[in-house]
Amino acid sequence: MAELTYRDAVIRGIAQEMERDPDVVFLGEDVAKAGGVFKATVGLYEQFGPLRVRDTPISEQAIMGAAMGAAMTGLKPIAEIMFSDFFAVCFDYIANEFPKSRYMSNGQLKCPLVVRTGNGGGSRFGAQHSQSVENWCMMIPGLKVVAPSSPVDVIGLLAASVRDPDPVIFLEHKSLYATKGEVPDGEIVDTLGTAKILRPGKDATILALALMVPRALEAAERLKAEHGIDCEVVDVRSLVPLDTQTILGSVAKTHRLFTVEENPRLCGWGAEIVSIVADEAFYDLDGPPVRITTPHIPLPAADTLEDIVLPTPQRIVETVRRSLGS
Amino acid sequence: MATVNDRAPGPAGLNDDIGEQKRLEMYRTQVVIREAEQRAYDLFLQNLVKGTSHLSLGQEAVAAGFAGAMQTGDLSFCTYRGHAHTLARGVSVEKVLGELMQRDNGLMRGKGGSMHLTSAEHGVMGSYAIIGAHLPIACGAAWRAQYKGTKDVATCFFGDGTTNIGAFHEALNFAAIWKLPVVFVCENNLYMEYTPIGDVTAVPHPAADRASAYGLERIIVDGNDADAVYRTAQAAYAKARAGDGPSLIECLTYRHSGHSRADPAKYRPEGELDRWKLRDPIKIYKERLLQFGVPEKTITDIDTDVRKIVDDATEACKAAPNPPAEIITTDVYADGGWAWRN
Repeated sequence: MAELTYRDAVIRGIAQEMERDPDVVFLGEDVAKAGGVFKATVGLYEQFGPLRVRDTPISEQAIMGAAMGAAMTGLKPIAEIMFSDFFAVCFDYIANEFPKSRYMSNGQLKCPLVVRTGNGGGSRFGAQHSQSVENWCMMIPGLKVVAPSSPVDVIGLLAASVRDPDPVIFLEHKSLYATKGEVPDGEIVDTLGTAKILRPGKDATILALALMVPRALEAAERLKAEHGIDCEVVDVRSLVPLDTQTILGSVAKTHRLFTVEENPRLCGWGAEIVSIVADEAFYDLDGPPVRITTPHIPLPAADTLEDIVLPTPQRIVETVRRSLGS
Repeated sequence: MATVNDRAPGPAGLNDDIGEQKRLEMYRTQVVIREAEQRAYDLFLQNLVKGTSHLSLGQEAVAAGFAGAMQTGDLSFCTYRGHAHTLARGVSVEKVLGELMQRDNGLMRGKGGSMHLTSAEHGVMGSYAIIGAHLPIACGAAWRAQYKGTKDVATCFFGDGTTNIGAFHEALNFAAIWKLPVVFVCENNLYMEYTPIGDVTAVPHPAADRASAYGLERIIVDGNDADAVYRTAQAAYAKARAGDGPSLIECLTYRHSGHSRADPAKYRPEGELDRWKLRDPIKIYKERLLQFGVPEKTITDIDTDVRKIVDDATEACKAAPNPPAEIITTDVYADGGWAWRN
């Protein structure tokens, strides 16, 4: 057991998989010799050499296409798109190519690859380097979408993603890179499509993803201490596949549902989950499900403004307390 | 400045570097494409080919020349105008027509359609309908070959219109800096879709005039002459297999039909089609075979045999059932199904 940063967990996760399987290769902008702009790939070039860890030009379409061509012919590529906002310049691969080749070819083609990307706000980078784009990916049939919140989950879910036979979008949160957590020694492999109950509770279920997870946990502690409200915090972890059973099970126990989403409000992941709960567990609910999201706006750069729009522990506390009428 | 690659036409005669057997193979490939594409057009008029279709009538020599120069294990990446390249790799006419007719006997059982013909067992690694998308994908397949030390080459076919999209330029630079074993083949048929390519491109030769920007040789070939295409392809494949990197080849050709089935091609100047039909690739190839002393009966036997294959395929497709509804939800994910939740 060792304490590791989320950033170093990325390095350890990639290294674990590259050591295991010589067909795992890694490409992206500034990822090799420079070790990545977020320093989340430092040392991989030195450890695995220039044939397996490759710097690319600023050509997101080339990165994505090359990863796909390599994947469909036998390699297991990990591609890095530096900021998830840049998905917009290579979205053809995310929307049209990776997820449809197997289906359109009636199962002849495969696309086992992982796209890692720096997602989310909190870095004061403004509207084009701060977005939470998980909902851009979740809506596309054929993709899998993962967003870890802790170092141990980074390693385990990254390993599961690399070993998965489908294309996986792996959303690392930029504001979590410096956070730390306990990580066991040895190989770590997790399972996609599994949510984790991080804090059991009986009064309300709070679903969260990535950076919103520590904020939900902080809010839950304050709700208990200051208001006597006992919240169950569920880290959704994987949007596709979605662990609906864990979510429905928690709602059946607490009878109240809150989602904490960093994505802008319209079509956020919580909307789909609320819809599922309304369809399948309506009579478990003692009150309306409530979504706590970033408003439907581009993100402002200024720290004071960005801090207002992203969901905070304070906003979660106030929303839950008000909704539960205490 | 050379306008046509001087690798072609080379020494003339049946026992030259191409030889009789390869020539008859390439003739047959061209006739298969011609007959199958013409049949696809006829079936469209009978409302039996559904959706859209983009024919390669007039462009057969490009497909035949490249496929003729490929080895088993080489990979083809095609566009939505991909019937020709799929047939040229040996995929059956029935499976291609079946897919165009969206029947259960189609290559992908109707799940892909005309624009996405794929036959992995023949090395046809997909037909891509988003302009430019498959150039980087072909780079990736070539990267795998380079990494694994296999000697296969990826060939990426695309139209002149593709040279003005970003992915073209990203892929060319990427392939050049990584020295990838990939061959980019621009079929310049003079029209983007309905607009002359010259009206929307800053240079006269949309592919070849961009080659120098990526440190590549400027290669233009007569795309209506299968021998010229074949020799150019051979040289590019030898370069790729030797580890000397990519090639960009511009094939000058012309499509006899419109862009897609919806297009009567009325934008063409009068007489242009007739002039190109004088250089119909099958016509000039047949004349060459006769000139080289191939008996006429050998040629007509090929024609007759191919027509029968296409006729039989047509009947088989007409008799084939529609795809069953059960396959709607298969192969979304690698587990064979479509489950996105538990």
